[in-house]
Order: sequence, then C-alpha cells, then structure tokens
Amino acid sequence: MKQTFAIGIGGAAGQGVATPGDIFAKIFSRRGLHLNAYNAYQSIIRGGHTLLTIRTGTQKVTNMGDRLDLLIPLNQDTMDRHLQLLTAGAACIYNADTIKPGPAADGVQLCPLPVSELADISRNKVAQNTLAMGAGLHMMGIAFQALEEVLREQFKKKGEAVVAENVGVARAGYDYAAARFMAFPNPIPKTDNRYAILSGNVAMAMGGAAAGVKFYCAYPMSPSTGVLHWMAAHARKAGIMVRQVEDEIGVINMTIGAAHAGVRAMCATSGGGFALMSEGLGMSAMIETPVVVINCQRAGPSTGVPTKTEQGDLWQMLGAAFGDYPRVIAAPLDIGDCFKVIPEIFNLADRFQCPGLVLCDLLLSEGRLSVHPNELNFSQNIDRGELIMTNGNGNGASIAAARNGDYKRYKITDSGISPRAVPGVPGHIHTVATDEHMEDGVLISDEFTNPVKRRAMMEKRMRKVAGIEAAVPPPTLAGPRDADVTLIGWGSTKGVIEEACEILNEEGISANQLQIRWLVPLHGEAILDILRDSRHTIIVENNYSGQFARYLRSETSFVPDGHIRKYDGEPFMPHHIVAAVKQQLAGQTKLSVPMHEIMV
Amino acid sequence: MATGVQRVSQQLTMADLKGKVDPDWCPGCGDFGVLAAVQKALVELRIPTYNVVTISGIGCSSNFPGYMNTYGMHTLHGRALAVATGLKLANHELTVLVTGGDGDGFGIGGNHFVHSMRRNVDLLYIVMDNQIYGLTTGQTSPTSRIGMKTKSMPFGNIEAPVNPISLALAAGATFVARGFSGEQKHLTELIKQGIEHPGFSFLDVFSPCVTYNHDNTYQWFRPRVKKLEDDSAHDPTNWMAAMEKSLLWGEEIPIGKFFERTDVSTLHGAEPVLNDGPLVHGDLKVPPEVARSFVEELM
Repeated sequence: MKQTFAIGIGGAAGQGVATPGDIFAKIFSRRGLHLNAYNAYQSIIRGGHTLLTIRTGTQKVTNMGDRLDLLIPLNQDTMDRHLQLLTAGAACIYNADTIKPGPAADGVQLCPLPVSELADISRNKVAQNTLAMGAGLHMMGIAFQALEEVLREQFKKKGEAVVAENVGVARAGYDYAAARFMAFPNPIPKTDNRYAILSGNVAMAMGGAAAGVKFYCAYPMSPSTGVLHWMAAHARKAGIMVRQVEDEIGVINMTIGAAHAGVRAMCATSGGGFALMSEGLGMSAMIETPVVVINCQRAGPSTGVPTKTEQGDLWQMLGAAFGDYPRVIAAPLDIGDCFKVIPEIFNLADRFQCPGLVLCDLLLSEGRLSVHPNELNFSQNIDRGELIMTNGNGNGASIAAARNGDYKRYKITDSGISPRAVPGVPGHIHTVATDEHMEDGVLISDEFTNPVKRRAMMEKRMRKVAGIEAAVPPPTLAGPRDADVTLIGWGSTKGVIEEACEILNEEGISANQLQIRWLVPLHGEAILDILRDSRHTIIVENNYSGQFARYLRSETSFVPDGHIRKYDGEPFMPHHIVAAVKQQLAGQTKLSVPMHEIMV
Repeated sequence: MATGVQRVSQQLTMADLKGKVDPDWCPGCGDFGVLAAVQKALVELRIPTYNVVTISGIGCSSNFPGYMNTYGMHTLHGRALAVATGLKLANHELTVLVTGGDGDGFGIGGNHFVHSMRRNVDLLYIVMDNQIYGLTTGQTSPTSRIGMKTKSMPFGNIEAPVNPISLALAAGATFVARGFSGEQKHLTELIKQGIEHPGFSFLDVFSPCVTYNHDNTYQWFRPRVKKLEDDSAHDPTNWMAAMEKSLLWGEEIPIGKFFERTDVSTLHGAEPVLNDGPLVHGDLKVPPEVARSFVEELM
C-alpha cells in the first residue's frame, strides 16, 4: 500500500483552520512531496464545523485516503466528532486548557498541550494553532527550520516583533513535543522534486489564460467562484477583461458577445447558474459563435448543499438548451487535468464553432493537489479554426477571399464548418440570427419558412459532430485487460478509483479502470469494445440515480453488473469502493451506497 | 464620440445602409420611421458600415438588424444589451447600436437594462416603444397604460407602467432622450447625438403599433408631443430638472434630449486592460515571464 501521511485540522469557521493547513501544505511541498487537500465545510462565514484533510507522500496522492495519522481539533466539537476515526499509530494534539478528549482507540497517542503555560494567550489568539503546528512538526520528524521559514514569510508584512512572537510560540510547541510526545515511527520523507499546489478552480483559470482567453465574466456561485477570483487577481498581468455580471443569463450572453467580436471568452458557474445559461448556450450553437462554459457541480437539486460535492448535473449538461446542436462536453479527471482540458476544449470549440462545456465538481474545484510545474504549460497550441479577422489572430480564409455579397457566414460545406468573419472586417458584413437562417444569414423563420433550407441548415450544423468525434480520442482501459472486475467512472473519481484498484490488486482481486473524460463525444463503440471482455463491470459515481449509467445505456445499450453510488455530499474514500466491490463480487448486492463515516 | 470611431471619406447613401431584405413590419408601423432615421444618421455621420454592429433581441422591432447593411446580431429575447456589452468590451473600436421593443427591454430584459446603464457601456440603445406586445399578437407590455385592454388583460390593465425615462435617469444613463417615429428629423438628430455620446445613450421612441394598440396611435401622440429643444428654459445638464420633465404625461408629453453628462468614464475607458487597444487585436499568448510568475506563486 501507498506510504502516505494524513493530517486532519478541524474547528469552527473563523477559528483559523485554513492557516495551519496552508502552512503544512507549504512545508510538505517544499520537501518535494505530493499532497492532496480536501476541506469539508459549510456555507457559513463564522461558526459551523470544518475539517481540512491534508494527505502527503512521495508518490502522487490523488485523494483524501482512508486514514488520519494526526488530528488537530481546535475545539471540543471537532474532538467529539473525529477522535473515534483515529486508529493505532495515530495521534491527536489538542489544547488541554479548553478541550477534553473522549475515549480513544488502543494505540492512539493523546497529546495535550498546556497552551496557557506555553504561550501568552492574551496576546496571541491563535496560540493553540501555532503550538500544535510546532508539536506536530516535531512528531513528524521535520527540523524546526522548515516551519520558521514559512512563518517568517507569513508574518513578514506585520513586522519583526510579530514574526518573533509566532516563531517563539511554534518553537515552544516543538520543544514541548520533543520532551513529552512520541514521534511517529516513519519520519516524513524528503525528495528533490518541487511541485505547485493549486485548486481545480485556479487550474481552470490558468488553463484559460494559457488558451488565450481574453474575456472572462461570472456571477459569484460556490464552488465556481475561485475561477473568478484568480481571473480578477491576474487579469491585468494576463491582459484579460474580467467582469462581474448581474446574473448568469447576463454572463452567458456577455461571453457570447465578446466571443462574437473574435476573442476567446469563458465563464464558470455551478448548477443553478448553468440552468439560467441554457437558452444562451443554444444561441452559441445557432449563431455558431464558440464559447467555453464551466459547470462546477455541487450537491443539488435547487440550492442544495452549496459546499458539498456531487456528480449530479450530467443530464442537465446533456439536455442544456432545446433543440439539437453540436457541442463538446469534457469532465476533467484531476486538478492537473483541469488546466489541460481548457486549451483543448477551446481548440475544439473554435474549430467546430460550437459551445464547449466543462463539467467539473466541488471536489476538484476546491480541492488542492500537487502538480508538477511542467504540467502547467503555457506554450499551448492555439487553433482558432476558420476565423477571419483583421489581424493575424485568425487563421481562416484571408480577407481578400470574399467581397461583400459573396461572403456567406453559414456557407454549406462538407465539414459543416463555415469560415467565420468577425465584425470590423471589411467586405464580410452579415447578420447572425438565433432564428433559423439561410447561408447568408437571412431568416427562414418569420416572413417565410422553407423546409428544404431548414433541413439543409440542420444537416450543415450537425455534420460537425462527425468532425468532433474524429478530433477527440476514445477512452482507454487502465490495468490488466483480464481483470476480475472493471470499475467505470467519469471525471473527478479517477484518483479514488485508481487507489481502490491498487488496494484490490494487493488483496488478490485484480481490478482495472475505465475512466471517461469526454462525455460528448462519448465514443460508445470503443467503450463497448473495451467492456465486451470485462468479467464484472461496476459503475462508480457521485449521484443518486446513476446518471452516467443511464447515459451509457442510452448511447450503447450497455448494462453493468453493478453500481456504487454516493450522494451524501462527501467524496468517495478508497475503502468505500473496495468494500463495495467485495460485496458485489460475492453476490451480496448490485447497488452499494457506502456510508460516509466522517461527520462533517 | 464613441472611442476610435472612424469616418469614411466618401459620401454614404441610404442605399449603402439598406439590408439584404425589406422589413416585414405591418404597413404603417412606427418602426419604419426609426429604421429610416437610423440609416440617415449613419449616412450623415459617415461611419464605415463594417465598423457598425446592430444588435437586437426578439420581437417585431428586433428584426431591425436584418434590414441594415451593418454587421448584425439578432440575439435572444431580452438579452441584446448583455451581448452588446461583451462585444463592445472585446472590440471597443466598433460602433454599437442596440435596438428592440418595450417588452424586450423593460420586461424580460429589465435586469440587463438597469445594469448596462449604471456601467455606462458606450452604445446607443433605441427602444421602439409601442406599449404593446406585437409579435405575440397583442398582450399588455411593461409600458401599457392602466386600463388598456389587451388579449392578456381583457378587462383592462391594473398594473402601473414603468416610466423608461425616469428609470434610465435613476439607473445612471449618461444620455437620456425620447423621440417620436412621426418626427423624422428630430429623431435622426437624437440618434446622431446618441451615437456620438461617450457612454450609455438611451433613446425611447414612440413607435405606434397600428395593428394592436388602438390607444397610443399617431393621432394620439401628434398633438401631445412637445420638443424639449423648443423650450429655451430646458437645461439637459440638470438631472433634477430632467427627472421632473420625465414625469410629465398627459396633454403634454416631452420628447427630445432630457439629460446628458460627459464627465463619467465609459466602461471600456475605465479598464486599464484596454490601454493597449481592443482585446480582439491583442496577443493571445501570456508573456513567458508572466506565465512563469503565475506558476511560481503556487510553489
């Protein structure tokens, strides 16, 4: 099994859970370690209960894992909720002045800190957090210097006195642990690697910048707001126009307006906002102006659970906007992929002049992952398709190729793609319309209709689907072809299914994985070819009704042997999947809904 | 003057502005007069047709872009202003005209109407206000008077109408005017001023619906409309006075320029990202040293 170390820090919102989390993350990343961070929280600014889990190791860490090695409860509530999760070998560091431990499992080390003795709590309100960080660091076998360095950076702006005080408090915790607590048997390792730590939202925003996005707008909505925040903070350096709009209807229409003028334009939202964008997406498809829209799913329906994750918007994406139209839908597989997928989908949207949809979720949007800096590659190939512009930004037909009167915006072609001129180009004047129209843009909906021309235009647009299918690779199987069980997932569950497969293989059950990244085009035939040889197939997804299972069945008639589903707002942990697979292989059930043991 | 608007050196003619198809409006519709006035204004301003984008929503009057020989976008019901804002920000060298009706702008598009004005997006928004829904065959609109009988309110409207002029003034429009389709020369002049005004220009135009609105007809408007330009005491820089004038309705209804101020930055003018010119002409690539700094921040 993977050697990893996981810390849980919990408390009420506003108690400073994030700061020790960030500091530990920085220390691990500077030791050349991989990490994955997941924050379970609620829609409250002060109060409630949040639990931040940081898991680190020398190999790629793709999910929160099954085990906490160190728990730091910042209040009694956290102690009461989570001490029971700790098993032999784990430790719990807490403020002995204010928190009483409950019964702990055998082999769990309780580490009480006499906070008021070790620090002046009247001066330093977060002394317990800093002491705990110092103590934890010692127990992990890391030299104090690593923490001192980060604290110095953290408090530099507040002056030397504040730096000295915090370093002093941390040192007191470190020394106290050295004298009183038992260190973990395996010290945290160190490598020469260096990683960037980022959330999926930051990754998608940076991916947009790398793709040449010049216009981004949004209405704030959890869990997508992080994209807006990165874009807004970096807009001026990256030369991106960022606007906050009155509602998501305005957002999609403004994005389309900017895209129509010739820039790459993007927006992000969550399920509720995406619902408002539906009509606008149809416009993007009908006037053939490409935009990229990100939906960061949260637990629905309606306002749902705004701070919790789910894969519940698949059918909303598939059914978005009325009528038939070509589009692409991608579900990024991990936080690094959140970066990569954006330039890819922009090239497809531009080439095929259709909407590109990205179906992300809270787990990736707000989770954090270590990513090799080379994966955040800004030298992306930018293919704008058959675009006619007054400068070199378009690589389509030249301006001289058409005189006014000859140019047909919706010229019927074999590929279904018609060269796209943007406003401001002489000689290419035309009107685009959401009404059905002829090749030259004139309406065939109001004054007269024409079944022959309507059919020709539908077929022109829909011919793009074949091109899109050829441009997107089919999914592939990971692991041995003749495995006992094939786990099928889509999007953000890639990492946890991967780890479940590793555990199953170690336990003598051979498992392989089919993870779907492109939802449209799906490549149903290729999927059937893969699944035809599978002995036992199980679809794993984070929703109630098996949305992907229903989609796969509708596209291919394929019915899996079983399902593992979870819709409690929390992500899968590897053992959830492992246990369910064993049950299903033993014939006990065809539908497993694992119980989330962590009360958050 | 809208930023970066170019002029053609040769004289344009009305034929240069004529679109691929003729209007399919009912004979006598007020929108014919608005179309002619817009075309006349563009001829007189000599703006190259390929640098003009006419953007509309949905409705009778929203068929407007198809009748113009400019770039055009016939978008969704109520969404023209949002589309226009994105387009203008991506290429602020374009002259943007937004056209539509009262249902499109004040009903379904009301949210975008208010927010576009407070943002001072640099465009001219012409509402062909006929106080009725025409294309859906005659229902009450947000500007229908109390008591007006329509198919959707056969016993008479009981809801107070919106006052577009007061609303525009309150929302921060920097150019607010009202025209009448039956007053061509006056209307053309207002359109020219609205195009040249740096910021959001709102022009509400009485454009009678001869088919469905039998209350607010040419005959009803003609004796009532009084030009503000004929009132030597009217000061269009005085916001309070404009607000008072906007409340006049009845035997005397003011048309003309209620208000204009030019001391407010346009939306695109306030955004430093556009200092080096329109986004659409900018480099797609983030400079390598900037890209490196983005990654370094995360390490």
